Amino acid sequence: MGKTLYQKVWDAHTVGSLADGRTQLFIGTHLIHEVTSPQAFGMIRDLGLQVKYPQRTFATVDHIVPTENQNAPSDPLAAEMMEALRRNADDFGITYFDLSSGKQGIVHVVGPEQGITQPGTTIVCGDSHTATHGAFGAIAFGIGTTQVRDVLATQTMAMEGLKVRRINVEGTLRPGVYAKDVILHIIRLLGAKGGIGYAYEYGGSTMDGFSMEERMTICNMSIEGGARCGYVNPDEKTFEFLKGKPYAPKGREWDAAVERWQSFSSDPDAEYDDVVNLRSADIEPTVTWGISPDQGIGIGESIPDPANAQSEAQRASYQEALDYMKLPADTPIKGVEINVAFLGSCTNGRLRDFREAAKYLKGHKVAPGVKAIAVPGSQITAVQCEKEGLDKIFEEAGFEWRAAGCSMCLAMNPDKLIGDQLCASSSNRNFKGRQGSPIGRTILMSPVMVCAAAVTGAVADAREIFHVDPESAVA
Amino acid sequence: MALPSITSITGTAVHLPGADIDTDRIIPARYLKCVTFDDLAGKHFYDVRFDTDGNPTGHPLDDPRFAGASIMMSGPNFGCGSSREHAPQSIYRSGFKAVIAESFAEIFFDNSTTLGMPCVSAARKDIEALATAIEEKPETAVTIDLETMTVSYGDPSFAATMPGSARQALTTGRWDPIQELLDNEDEIGKVGIALPYV
Repeated sequence: MGKTLYQKVWDAHTVGSLADGRTQLFIGTHLIHEVTSPQAFGMIRDLGLQVKYPQRTFATVDHIVPTENQNAPSDPLAAEMMEALRRNADDFGITYFDLSSGKQGIVHVVGPEQGITQPGTTIVCGDSHTATHGAFGAIAFGIGTTQVRDVLATQTMAMEGLKVRRINVEGTLRPGVYAKDVILHIIRLLGAKGGIGYAYEYGGSTMDGFSMEERMTICNMSIEGGARCGYVNPDEKTFEFLKGKPYAPKGREWDAAVERWQSFSSDPDAEYDDVVNLRSADIEPTVTWGISPDQGIGIGESIPDPANAQSEAQRASYQEALDYMKLPADTPIKGVEINVAFLGSCTNGRLRDFREAAKYLKGHKVAPGVKAIAVPGSQITAVQCEKEGLDKIFEEAGFEWRAAGCSMCLAMNPDKLIGDQLCASSSNRNFKGRQGSPIGRTILMSPVMVCAAAVTGAVADAREIFHVDPESAVA
Repeated sequence: MALPSITSITGTAVHLPGADIDTDRIIPARYLKCVTFDDLAGKHFYDVRFDTDGNPTGHPLDDPRFAGASIMMSGPNFGCGSSREHAPQSIYRSGFKAVIAESFAEIFFDNSTTLGMPCVSAARKDIEALATAIEEKPETAVTIDLETMTVSYGDPSFAATMPGSARQALTTGRWDPIQELLDNEDEIGKVGIALPYV
């Protein structure tokens, strides 16, 4: 019987068994940022420990960076955290992609961009969206701060093995339907807790056809489906993306690396703990209506009615969501007015996201009264976009073109919703208060749908706004 | 590092009903601006306990009947979302010693275990029965026994579950694994050398 990529990577990184039965897993790459690492450095200092593999630890600053003027955090606590990361990186000899490096950005954009993210590796970060790196065939997952301490001090952590669920998506997406819609659809079907205990292996012809950026969008939101880790088997697209990147192997080492990377792919006869099959033709542009990422519907559907819930528990959840979102049951989601449009985040803040959004946004104007911001995922992404003139397209349309960071995805910097503003957002979480106001509201959607909402001033079907025939043949 | 064995927790309980209570709700992101966890007590569930003017909303956590509760109870997928350890740290530092829920998100579960705060799962009907009992009699003493994996309150009791490794770690005083990880230095080195990219 064959093995999955998950099992192969796990086996190659197993140090041994701990007394409690967990595995001591070697972590090849440790990514750190300013919010969840300072406490861990404090712990290793208190214990008199060192960073065991500083050369396998990479730092950047993303969560609290202001996006209007990156170098001037108005908030003394933010400045203190940025300073702590600088000191920790210096003290322990860790590579730090800081604001002056030209390489700073959201940690899950920076890793792939630098070629640090590679197939067949284990990658952790004190951030739940670490599964993003699974797009490259890595086993990547988020950890807590005490676990950051463990990895800093030993380059290992205690971990329980996961089951593997294969999610096949077959066919060609219809025009106007994107990777974001695919993952929102998967989470809607399998639930926000459906992935607990599983790693998600995404495959099938739709995934094969996806670019690396699209695969990152999919893997990124695995955690929203409860799966701590999600991945795609590496292929030519993976290798093509990595070739020439600063930390990718070079010369003769490159060929050996590719051969090794290929060997990690799941075997054709690998056995899965569960298999889910989906058809991409069934997927509509998908938006959320509630306060959990699994509360999603197709753009043509109506907001659910608690009266039609399957159980009392579901009825209560629906009602809580509708009350918070201030949305009426059983009415179309299309047409719900928005106040803010946010384009960016580790889910959808890469060059291809801005390119695709700009393609449709060009020639349109943001609706009066809507605040629209576009935040590139990294300084490199910003430069790439600016070289192509995308920043001008956004600005001409009425978006503010900002500097790189996590920004309004979690609003730890000055980019926040005010009061009960409703935000059309390309980010990953629609939790209560997520975007910085305790009563702020979020509707998740693809970048092109964010643009449609921005120019309409309401949740809209981008295919109608931008004249995309949903039934047209796919080029 | 010698740690105490955690074999049972006894205390009064408070019920926070609802599904998918995420870590943003447990600790809003603005409280993540700290370089230690020392000041997180009392910040737990802040934005659902207080309205935007700072007035109490009448949340169960502020109900005087449940003051001093050391066991938190909730629904499915408790602690989902962000990996922020600030979430269990804020609960723990606010006086809670254990959580009973229908199920837990994995990162929250790991973070809590490593903190020595057991998270046990139980059936919805059992949690609801216990919630009814403490609503009627808030001073009810609740015991979570990790040896027998039962939750009892007076006569009634029900079965709880927890992954075997976490239970083992807690009951044998190994819930913080750092020393054991450090002890395997030779094996760590061997695996590192065998990995070409390291």
